[in-house]
Parts: sequence; C-alpha cells; structure tokens
Amino acid sequence: MGKDKMAGKTRGVNRRTVLKGAAAGFGLAAGSGAITGFPTIWAQNIKNVTLRQFGTGVSNLNAIAEKCKADTGITLQMTALDSDAVAQRAVTQPKSFDIADIEYWICKKVFPAGVMQPMDTKKIKNVDKIVPLFLSGKLKPDSVIAQGTAPHSVGFVEGKDSTKFAKSQTQWMTMIPTIYNADTLGIRPDLVGRPIANWKDIMDPKFKGKASILNIPSIGIMDAAMICESMGEIKYGDKGNMTKAEIDKTIAIMTAAKKSGQFRAFWKTFDESVNLMASGEVIIQSMWSPAVTAVKSKGIPCVYQPLAEGYRAWGGGLGIAKHLSGLELDAAYEYINWYLSGWVGAYLNRQGYYSAVLDTAKQHMSAEEWGFWMEGKPAAADIMSPDGKLLEKAGAVRDGGSFENRMGKVACWNAVMDEDRYMVQKWNEFIAA
Amino acid sequence: MEPGRAGSLRGHLPMQAKSYIPYLQVAPLAFVFGAFLVIPILTIVVVSFWDYDFARIIPDFVLTNYRELLGSPVTLRTYLNTLRYAAIVWVATLAIGFTVAYFLAFHVRSDTWQTACFLICTVPFLTSNIIRMISWIPFLGRNGLLNSALVGAGIVDHPLEFLLFSDFAVVLAFVHLYTLFMIVPIFNSMMRIDRSLIEAAYDGGANGLQVLTNVIIPLCKPGIAIGSIFVVTLVMGDFVTVRFMSGGQSASVGLMMANAISLLQYPAAAANAVILLIVVLLMVGAMMRIVDIRKEL
Repeated sequence: MGKDKMAGKTRGVNRRTVLKGAAAGFGLAAGSGAITGFPTIWAQNIKNVTLRQFGTGVSNLNAIAEKCKADTGITLQMTALDSDAVAQRAVTQPKSFDIADIEYWICKKVFPAGVMQPMDTKKIKNVDKIVPLFLSGKLKPDSVIAQGTAPHSVGFVEGKDSTKFAKSQTQWMTMIPTIYNADTLGIRPDLVGRPIANWKDIMDPKFKGKASILNIPSIGIMDAAMICESMGEIKYGDKGNMTKAEIDKTIAIMTAAKKSGQFRAFWKTFDESVNLMASGEVIIQSMWSPAVTAVKSKGIPCVYQPLAEGYRAWGGGLGIAKHLSGLELDAAYEYINWYLSGWVGAYLNRQGYYSAVLDTAKQHMSAEEWGFWMEGKPAAADIMSPDGKLLEKAGAVRDGGSFENRMGKVACWNAVMDEDRYMVQKWNEFIAA
Repeated sequence: MEPGRAGSLRGHLPMQAKSYIPYLQVAPLAFVFGAFLVIPILTIVVVSFWDYDFARIIPDFVLTNYRELLGSPVTLRTYLNTLRYAAIVWVATLAIGFTVAYFLAFHVRSDTWQTACFLICTVPFLTSNIIRMISWIPFLGRNGLLNSALVGAGIVDHPLEFLLFSDFAVVLAFVHLYTLFMIVPIFNSMMRIDRSLIEAAYDGGANGLQVLTNVIIPLCKPGIAIGSIFVVTLVMGDFVTVRFMSGGQSASVGLMMANAISLLQYPAAAANAVILLIVVLLMVGAMMRIVDIRKEL
C-alpha cells in the first residue's frame, strides 16, 4: 500500500512535493496507518489542500463541502453547472478542475479526451461494496443489463494510463459512482383525470397541448424511444445506440405529434420543468425526481409515475483530473473514500437519489428513513428533507417503491450513441419542424 | 480628420516620423480587435474544417461540416425561421422606435422633460435581459395574469393558448427587449435635425405628412440604419429568447449551434457560426449600401 502511494506520488512532480510525499511515506510507515488502509494519517497535510470540483447542481451541494471540511479538513470549492457546461468545461479546460462530478453518458465522451486519470481501485476502501450495477451492470446476478450507456461499460479502463474502456472489471476505474436515479414521467394527478400506466400515455390526444419532454438531445431521444416503443411503433435493438433508420422513425413519430400540437413546450433546465408543471401549462411530462419534489413542496399535487415499461436511468460519479499528483492526488482519494463512507450517501438518499455504497449510507439513516426511501415501506414517521423541512407525512409511500423495484426496472440508461452526430441533426430537425 | 489640423501636428516632427503617426494611432484599437475579434473568428473558421467523432475533435481539412449543414433541409428552414423573426421584429421595433423617438424629439418641448422621458425609457434596461424576458412567462401563461383577466372579464371563455410558447411570445419578447436599440439612434438623428429646416418646409407649404416623409425620415436614415443593424444582428444570433419564449418548440440558428456544442460537436457548430456570420455580414452590407452611414453622420 505504502509503496503504491509513493510510486503514484513521484510521477512528474517537483522537489517540494517529492519531499512532502517522502515525509508522508515515513509517517505512514511509522504510524502503521497501513493497517486500516486508509490514509487518515496525512490529515495534517491534507488540511491545507483545496480541491476544485465541478458538476451538475444535483450533487454539488454546499452541505457536502462543509461536512467534508469538518470530517477530513479538505477544502472543496464547488461549482455547479448544467450538464452541457460540465462536458464542455471538462474537455476544454482540463486544468480548471481537480475533481469532475460528471454523468456516465458524458463520461463516454469526456474520458477518451484524455483529461482525466483512471483511479486505482486498490485505494478505494469500499470499492467492493459499490452497488453491482456499476461494476457488472446487473443489480442482481440474474438481472438483464439495461440498454444505453450502462455505467459499467464506461466505468473501467484497461490500464493505468489507458483511455480505452475495458469490457469487464479491472483495477482502474474511470469514475467512482456517487449518485444515480431512475427517471420516469411526472404527472399532475388532479388534472390528468385518468390512470397513467405507460410511456405512450403522454401521446394521448386528451393531453394535447399539455405534454412536454426534455430538449437535451441525448436524453430527449431516450424519452422519445421509450414512448415510441411503448406505442408499439418501433422495436429497438438498443434504445441507447440506435441505427439511423431507428432515429429517423423515432423523430418522424415525434415530429408528427409536435405538428399536431401535442406538446406545450420542451424544457431544458430543472427550473423550467418545475415551472411548467406548477403553473399547469403541462400536466404530463418527462421529469426528474427532485423536480417532482419541488412541485410538491409548493403544495401542488404531483406524482412521479412508475410505468410498465420501466425507467430511464442516469448515474454520476467523481473522476480525478489528469494533472493531479502528489498530496493533492492523495487528498482526492481521501475525499472519495470519505464520500463513500456514508454521510453523503445518506444525504443523497434523503433527497430521493441513490448512493453508490448502500451499507455505509444505511448506518447514517434512521430505520424509518431507510424503510421509506430504500425499502418502499410506508413512512413510519414524518419524513424530513436533508435541510429539515417536512417532505412526507407518516404513512406516505415513495413513488415507485423500493430501491430494487426502481433500479431493477431500468429499461435504459442515458446514452451517447455511435450515431450521435446524425441524431443531433435529426433532433434539430424535430425542433425546427 | 481635417487635413489642416493633422498637417500642423506633423509640422513639428521630422519627415520620416510623420508617416508612422497614423499607424501608431490605430495600433491600440487594431491590437484589441486583432486579439479579441479577428483571432477568435479565424479560429472558428479553422475549426469549422476539422473533423470530429464521438469523443474527439480531429485537426484536418474536411468539408463534411459544411456539406452536412448546407445539404440539410433543416438548415434552410431554420434560417428562414430566424429571418422571419428578424423581419417581423425589425418592422415592429422600427414602427415603435420611430414613433417614440419622434414624440420625444418633437413633441416634448422642455429639455428637462425630454431627458426625463428618455431616462424612463432606459430604466427597465438596468435589469438583466433574461429576467425581463422570463417575467413574460407567468404573465402570458395559461393560468397567467392576462388570461385570468380576459377570462374573468368575460372576453374569452377559454384561456388563450397562443399567448405563450408560440411565435407570438417570441416576437413580443424580442420587441420588448430590443426596441430601445431603435429608439436611441433614431432619437439621436432627430435631435440633429435643424429645426429651421422644418419651419422652412411648413413655410414652403408642406403639410405634416410631407414634412415627415420628405424632411424628417430622410434625415433620420443613419439612425434607422444603425438601429436596424443592432436589432437584426441581435435577433439573428439569439437563442435564449427563442428557446424560452417558444417553450423550446421553435428553432433558431443559435439554438442549432447550442445543440451541437452540448454534444461537443464543435466543428459542426463552428461551420454553422461561419455561415451565420456570412449571412449577417451580407445583411449589414446591404443596409450600408442603402444608407451611407459615414456620409450621413
């Protein structure tokens, strides 16, 4: 362990960091911190480290930075951007960050650009406890791997300096999974006036001018695919990697619906989707779980409707910038180990997302919370949000049920297709139609 | 620059230094334009010929980006749509801008009131563009203020759907955002008109309409041209207003670029930017041919 760290440290660094590393190495040996395999012994040095992290708004939260400072001494500078900006910043300004919090489908584009370094799983304490979805693609040994850019398919590379994704698990991970969820349609139960059970229900003429999907091409196309497949119009080989013919047909169906006035709007940001739903402009639309919570918190009924065809899932993780080395790299590993150690996991679970290591998160949640969020049981007590607001009264049941019910019914993951160039052209055509 | 004045300055310097002076004078501006305008544009032109795949941008010289862009029917449709917005917005802002400027310049007699009214016109522009635009959404929405008022007053039975997330909403927001860019240059031109010309026209027997069409409008042409250039270039390049006010249901050239950039397809976006730049420059060139701004100023 100690040797590993020394080797990692001295790669292309100046004399000063070498000395620091050497001192730390002695410290490690002397303190026998190696027993736990956890480099807490360096806390003295790490306290002075600042890590710059950016990512989407869902997980770049000040509460996490504050708790991290208190627990590890590492200062985190968080920048929250939208998904598009995250990908652009990662690729075009690789020196402007130390930790990238990015989604797996974007990772498929960002990692081969060579701006990040693979992570040594030997230094990740809880790596074996990570939800198997991210390791093998299967939630349970007998599960079917969902379509699209499944996180495990871009989760590993072949070697330490490789940017080529590995077909199966290796020692080198592109990102450590942190947060994920299964998305479905949000509805206004007071306004739809009928049970909603399938993705195709969004195309019901009854909801003409009152439906919406999202206008982020690579995610919107997946929603469109779920809808078209549900309508029985298309049977996809892989929704996350369509052929040109499949793209054409999908866009044709969506364009016809658009021309007939089915959609009220297409949303691109979290806030837009909340406003569309809360104002009643739209009564059924693709939505993100916390957006549903945001609508509910305004006192407006909104349901995150589980559907027969399953969910469209997404996942995000933490990756380390290529330029990181020495003490900062150690701090990055320490931070990621801390991230998986439970507090953050519980914090994310309480917002309706899921954390990568469930065992440790469980230790930071009450039995009632765990039962409500993860096991799909009726809340045994009032459920509070992480900032202490009442979210659900006792007795309420989470939309979509238990963790296994939701993540076990993922039909596809957000994806980057081989034909994404063609897809964007066709998507533009759809918007221009 | 008047030759006499320049000559007197040059007189104090040795002969060979004289020829450098104009170059030194333009050097700072040339440097700023070179560094922050010409080089970035050249970069965009260069990148527009590069190749790309799902993860990388590959330095190369290919015409695929242009071929895909110009060969696609969606490009033509999007440009036509963007031009349509530009034309409608231009007509509306010109009509409103000219009227407001005319009122300020010729009907408000006291200088104090003129300044005060002019300031009132500019006050809303202290808020950000996006906030002024977004505030239309709750106003125009299905359950918004306007629809509630109309339904409440019994004028319509159902909320009017076309008010929001439509071309109407897009044009309305554009006109609201950009009319000031028309008012200011036109007002400026009008204030330079020698009032005795107008009196002379009346004395010569012209009526109000004739004064307007034969004296005021011709003398305002530089202001109108400058305002038009502002409005047209702003509308052509916009993607935020179109996205928000059409509810993402309409396309604009800017939006096409934003979509390509979001998937890191920089060469495709760059090619689109080059075409847009050419189109806008042609439009501005056409306006400059109609009105020689330099001569008129």
